[in-house]
This record gives sequence, C-alpha cells and structure tokens, in this order.
Amino acid sequence: MANMAQAVRMALHYGETHLGVTDVFGEDVGPPLGGVFTATQGLRTAWNTPLDERGIIGTAMGIAYAGGRPVCEIQFCDYAFNVLDMFKIAGNQRWASGGGYDMPLVVMTPNGAGIRGSLYHSHSFESWASRLPGWKVVMPSNALDAYGLMLAAIKDPNPVLVLLPKALLRARDTRLIPGEPADADELSRMIDAPVNDRAGWEPQWPDLGDHTVPIGSAALVREGTAGTVISYGRPLPVCAQAADELARDHGRTFDVIDLRSIFPYDWDTISKSVLKTGRVLIVNEDTEVTNFGEHLLRRVVDEHFYDLAVRPRTLMGKHVPGIGMNQNYEVNSVPQLGDVRTALWDLATEAA
Amino acid sequence: MPDANEDPPDIEDALVRRSTRIAPPAVLRSGREVMSVELALTVFRQMLRTRALEERSIKMSKSGEAYFWIGGPGEEALNVCLGLQVHKGQGPAHDYLHLHYRNAGVMLALGMPMIDHTRQLAMRWTDTHSRGRNFVGHYSVPAWNVVPVTSVIEVQFAMAPGTALVQKRHGQKHPAEAEGITVVIGGEAGTAEGDFETCLNWSTRPGLELPVLMLVTNNRFGISTDLDTVHTHRPVADRALPYGVRNETIDGNDPVATWNAINRAMRYCRRERKPFLLEAMVSRLHGHSSSSGAQRNWSDLDPLAAFEQKLIDAGAIDTATVRALKEDAKKEADAAVVQTMKEAEPTRDDVYAFTYAPSDVDAVYPKDYTGLPGVK
Repeated sequence: MANMAQAVRMALHYGETHLGVTDVFGEDVGPPLGGVFTATQGLRTAWNTPLDERGIIGTAMGIAYAGGRPVCEIQFCDYAFNVLDMFKIAGNQRWASGGGYDMPLVVMTPNGAGIRGSLYHSHSFESWASRLPGWKVVMPSNALDAYGLMLAAIKDPNPVLVLLPKALLRARDTRLIPGEPADADELSRMIDAPVNDRAGWEPQWPDLGDHTVPIGSAALVREGTAGTVISYGRPLPVCAQAADELARDHGRTFDVIDLRSIFPYDWDTISKSVLKTGRVLIVNEDTEVTNFGEHLLRRVVDEHFYDLAVRPRTLMGKHVPGIGMNQNYEVNSVPQLGDVRTALWDLATEAA
Repeated sequence: MPDANEDPPDIEDALVRRSTRIAPPAVLRSGREVMSVELALTVFRQMLRTRALEERSIKMSKSGEAYFWIGGPGEEALNVCLGLQVHKGQGPAHDYLHLHYRNAGVMLALGMPMIDHTRQLAMRWTDTHSRGRNFVGHYSVPAWNVVPVTSVIEVQFAMAPGTALVQKRHGQKHPAEAEGITVVIGGEAGTAEGDFETCLNWSTRPGLELPVLMLVTNNRFGISTDLDTVHTHRPVADRALPYGVRNETIDGNDPVATWNAINRAMRYCRRERKPFLLEAMVSRLHGHSSSSGAQRNWSDLDPLAAFEQKLIDAGAIDTATVRALKEDAKKEADAAVVQTMKEAEPTRDDVYAFTYAPSDVDAVYPKDYTGLPGVK
C-alpha cells in the first residue's frame, strides 16, 4: 500500500542495509527535509550537497571509481540538462577504458508533468536519456515496480538512471512490498517524518525483503486483441484506464505494455504483441520532436511492416518549450485520458 | 633560431658553459629549494624519456603511423616530479589520479612502459587504456588509480571530490591507510569551467574538507587563445583564496622548485586531509596538438635543456652521459613504436565490446552489449 516515494525510500533503506549503498545524496536529500518529495527521509547515508548538479554527478562518479556505491538525486530532471556531458562521460567510462572501469552509480530524478510544475518542473527526460549509450534507463509507473527497479538499479554494475514520474509519487499501490505492513497508516507512522518537527526523528523501518524487477523486462498490464499500447511512467495508468473503459463500454480489449525500462527495452514483449494485434499505439509525454517513441515506431515499421493491419501511431507531448503554468496549458500539452481513449478507439476501429 | 620543423639544437652547440668541477655536488639548489643530485639525475632521466616519447609521438602523427597527437612537451619537469611522488596502487589507501592529456611524464615516472602510450597513439586493440578508442594520453590504469582521461576540459575537477571523499572516510576507518590523496590536473584555460569551482567548493565544506591536490598547469594558452585576453591578471592560484584553500604558484619548468612544491602540497593534503591548489607555470613547446601543426616553439623556455645545463653547470653530469641517456631514451621509444606497429587493430566485432558490465539483474544484457535489444 506504499506510495511511490515511500517505495523509493524503502528501496534505498534496503540498499543501505543489504546492497552496500554508501551514499544517498543530492540537493536537500539529507536531513532535515529528506528530499523535496520525501523519497530519502530517514536514510542513514543521506546527505545534502551544494546546489550543483555537475558536482553531484561528478562526485558520484568519483565515489564509484573509489569503490563506493552512490545513489544521487537530481532534484528535478529539468535540472539535468547542465550535466548532459557528465552523463555522457559516466556512460562511456567502461567502453572508453576498454573494460578497465565499471561505473556503478544510480541517479534518480523526478520526471514529467502532472503536478502543475510550470516550465522548469515538468520536463520529460527519457528521450534525452535514451541517447546516452552506456546508461540503463528505467521508469516505474507504480510503487512496487519503483521498489523493484530501484533494487535492480542498485545491484546493476552500470550507471542507471531512474526516472520517477512526479505525478505518481503519491499514488498508492494496491500491492505490498515484501515486509511492508498491510496498514498504510501504520507504514506512515513508521517511516514518514513529522512535517513540523523532524529534529530527532528516527524511522522504524519494516523488515523489508528483496523484490527485484529485472532491467529490460516489460509488464503486460492488460491483455487484449484490438491493439497494442506501449507506454510507461505517468501515461501508463491512463492507458490502462482507457483500455478498461473501452473494454467495458465497447468490448474492445487491448494489450497494454508497461515498458518499465527505456533502455534496454523489452523488444520481445513488444514484438509478440504486435504480431498478435497488428495495431500499435505508443504513448508518452515527452515532446514529439525527437522522441524515444519514434525509435520504437521505427523498429515496429522496420520489423513488422507486413504484420501491421493499420498504420502504427504515436501519442506524445506537444513540441513546445515547456509546460505552461495555467492548467489549460498542461492538459493540452501532454496526453490526457480523453486523448488516449480517442487514440485507442481510432486504432481499434480503423479499417484494415 | 632553428626552423620550427627542425630537431632541437645539438647539445654541444647549446652548451654555454662547461663545468670545471672535479667532484659532483651532493645537492642542486634553486633559490632556497634543494634537491639531492641522486634525485635530480632520476628526474632528469625521466624527463629525457618523456621528451623522447613525445618527440617520437609527434613523428608518428606526422608520418601516418598515428592519426592525432596531443601531449605535454614542456611539462616534463612538473609531470615527472609529480609521478615520482605519487603513492601508487589500487584503492583508497593509494592516490587517485584525475589526469589530463599532457601527462605522459607522470605515467612514465609511475612505471608505464612506453609501448602503453604508443599503442594508444596508434589506435591498437592492444591499447589497454582504451582499446584504440581514445586519443593518445587518455590513460586509464585501474591498478594505479588512474581514472580514464577525458577530452572534455575540466570535468575531472568535478569527479575528484568523490574519490577524495572515499579516501577521507577510508583513512578515518583505517588510520594506517590515511594518507591516500586525490590529485587532479587541468590547464589554466579549463579553470574557466564551473567544474573548477565545483572542486574548490566541494573540497571545503565545513568539517568535510577533502584531501585533493588541485594542479593547474598554466602554459598561458587555451588552444590559441591567450590567457590575458580571457582571464584576469590575478594568478589562478588566487582562486583558492575565498575558499580558504592553501595555494602556491610555482615555476613548473624548474624541477627543483617543482619537486619541493609538490612535496609540500602533497604532505599537507596527506596529513591535514585538506585541499591544496598548486599553479605551475609551464611551457608549451609544440603548440596545442597536431591540430595546430605540433611545430616546435623555440621561444618558450625548454625545461629539459635548462635542467641539463643546470646539471652540467653543477658538475652533476657530463655531456657524454647526457648523450648516452638521450640515445637510450630514443632507442626505447623507437622500439616501442616498432613493436606497436606489428600489433592488431580493433575490428568491427570489437565495436560493442565493454559497453556494459555483466549484470545479474538485466534481462537483456546479462553479459555484454550486443547491439539493440532483440536484434539477432
């Protein structure tokens, strides 16, 4: 019943106690706040850095070189643009050194729209990240997967970017993380710091267990025949809801694939579903020029052109410089439930 | 003055004075600084080897044996004095080196064979630093804590606090291994990047000061841009002042002064577990790289020739020995090149190798990268 922020926090605690995490750090990540989304509250190794993203990534690299196991945070992915070259370097260290150095670091950062974050707290980063060979990039759409992908990221000896959909950080999962108390209020009493007085507060961590979601494994969250929807992050539950509505109201069922890993991605799951339905829609909220979904679309066309019943399509964010503050900007910039529902209906009903 | 393409003048012509000493001195002096003759001769020999390798490297780039050259002729004094004082080894008990691409002398002084340099220059698969992927001088030696050199200017200054942080903690847990420091080097032009300030800032958090020796080699040029046109006239070392970091500007062409300055700075970092900023004024004898022709610049002081003269003047060495040492160094470099050119280049099958480390939690790449997911 944890929300995604609590799941990340518990994964980091598990990482500290079982997986050798030595440092959890970033801007406001340590006491007293524990992260602007409280995803790092109460962690033993959490510490605050200067407001310096380049220093955060550079220091994480240095810690990794020296045998530490760092997890660092970029407060919002919008602030990661000034570390693109550091990301590039972290991703190429093993390749550039001919296998001499691994780069076992984890960077987590809130991603995408949905909290009325305006221009500088609403970007999507996965398309940029997908162009960083050497990195693995994951994005959960629920708390249990957030826990599982965080553990995988920590265990993986390569640099892993964990993109956390901002709009889902407070969304509760119906499933329990191993060791998590069934009562959400009890969990909150154990691991949520009091808002007004965090001084002296100590979390009471549950006895957590391992739950690893392998990197590169998608989840088929709905099964159907009328089409395939590929998504991840914030739009994923929207896609599932739209599919449920169309199944209920019109008897049209869809394969809904939660990609979970942007790179490496689960091509086998995509390919099997496309062979089954012959109809494909890719949904994300990143801007449409140039978008990671376009890469998937290209492969679908390349490898399944003659298996397709109708043209494959994408539903993506508008190619605008940002998400405007007024809600009318946000809801008209990135895909909403109605947009997905319409796109799915069009996909399913277009004559072959 | 010789043409820029000519070899350096012969030693016999260059000598202005000859020593009349009978017994060699015990020490060399430079102002108030002192260096034993034994050490000076070790430094000199390493400087000669470094120069021989650099000059052979330039010839490789011009002859087609290699493609692109960049290096540090003119920085031999600094590089050798640094390399000989590094606590070499693997892990946080030893020094970490975040080098830039003009540090062949550091590596030779550490014990790197010349062929490890020429293999990279000739882009061979046998290049253990990068498998023929990176420019020359972009070393990577895990066994010596030499982290991969990156062409991007100054990013190494953002990474240095990370290794130093681990070293500081390691020393607190293991007092017998509490002298490992992080050495980070860049040129003066690179100090314009924010990463330089990052290093100063992150190394001086109150109560969390880090053992980082920041070395700035100031050759007065960033590619072709003169220092005076883009930087204040204040010394780079002054950038340490607002952070309360100890600092010094030295003549990096003078091995006696340089050795002692590095020694002081290293001892401070090792014992105080705090940072030090050392600015070394150095020469750039062959321009920025082969991209600017790598022609000899005779107007800059040659630290090797000057040190040779100083040793001869002091009676610490004679011209015959100098000549023999130079011959040995040239032969060593030539032999490295001959062997290198016999070795294999990478093939198309090697393109993906070493992209990802084997992973137990990756469903797609449990071993290594093989191209796009799902491609057979």
